[in-house]
Amino acid sequence: MGITRSVGFFQGLKYQGGGPMLAWMFHRITGIALLSFVGLHVLSSFLMQQLGSDFATTINSLYESWGFQSVIIFCVLFHALNGLRIAILDIWPQFLAYQRESLWLQWFIFTPVYGLTIFILVQHALSGG
Amino acid sequence: MRGRTVQAGFNFEYIMWINTRISGVALIVLAAIGMASALYLGARTQMDLPTLMRWTFFPNPNHVVNSNIPDIALGWSNGLWQVMQILMVFFAATHAANGLRTVIEDFIGQSIARPLLRGFVFSLWLFFIIVAIYVILAS
Repeated sequence: MGITRSVGFFQGLKYQGGGPMLAWMFHRITGIALLSFVGLHVLSSFLMQQLGSDFATTINSLYESWGFQSVIIFCVLFHALNGLRIAILDIWPQFLAYQRESLWLQWFIFTPVYGLTIFILVQHALSGG
Repeated sequence: MRGRTVQAGFNFEYIMWINTRISGVALIVLAAIGMASALYLGARTQMDLPTLMRWTFFPNPNHVVNSNIPDIALGWSNGLWQVMQILMVFFAATHAANGLRTVIEDFIGQSIARPLLRGFVFSLWLFFIIVAIYVILAS
C-alpha cells in the first residue's frame, strides 16, 4: 500500500496524535540519524585505519566537535529511553492504559540526564577541552 | 484501505519484532556494563565525558587514546572487551538493519521491489558486521 493514500505530508502532520505521535516521529528520526552516523563512522574509521584517508579523518574530526556530540547524545538517549518504554509496554500490555503517563515519566528521566550531560560536555569543551 | 498482509504465527517479521526488543534492551544493558566498568577502571579522573560516552557505546582502545589513561593495553584492550564489542556490534547492526527495513517497508508497501530492498538491507547488515569485527580485531 505505501504512500498511495490520499493524505499529504503536511495534512498528516495535522493529525492530533499529541505526545505519543511526537514520540513515534522522533523515535524514527533519531533511529535513522543514529544509523547514518554509526554507519558512516564505522566506514570512515575503517578507511582511516587501512588507507590513512584524509577524507575519513576529516569526517571523524567532525564527530568530535561538541555541537555534533550534543545532537548525537540527544538521539541516543531519546531513542534508548523511548525504545525501553515501548519494549516495557509490549511485554506488559496492561500498562498501555497509562501511555501518556509513561511518556511523562520518560521525559522526566530524559530531561535531567540529558541536561546534566550537555552541561558537563559544553562547559568542558568551551573551557579549553 | 488495504493494509500490509501479514500471516499469523512464526514468520520473519514476528521474529524480527521480538529481536528488535531483545537487541534494544541488550544494547542498553551492554552500554550500562561498559559505563560502569569504565568508571570502575578509573574513568572518573582519567577521562572526559565524550571519551566516556565513546567508551560506553563502543569499548575500543581507539576511543580512549586522548584521555589520561596510563595503560591502555592492560585494562582496556584485552579479550573481554573485544568480546563485548563484538556482541555490541552484532546487536546494534541487527537492531539498525531491522529498523531500516521497517521504515523502508512503510514507504514502499507491497511493491515488487520489496525482496530487492530487503536484500540490500541484509547486505548492509552483513557488510557492517564484517567491517566492524575487522576493526575490532585488527587494531
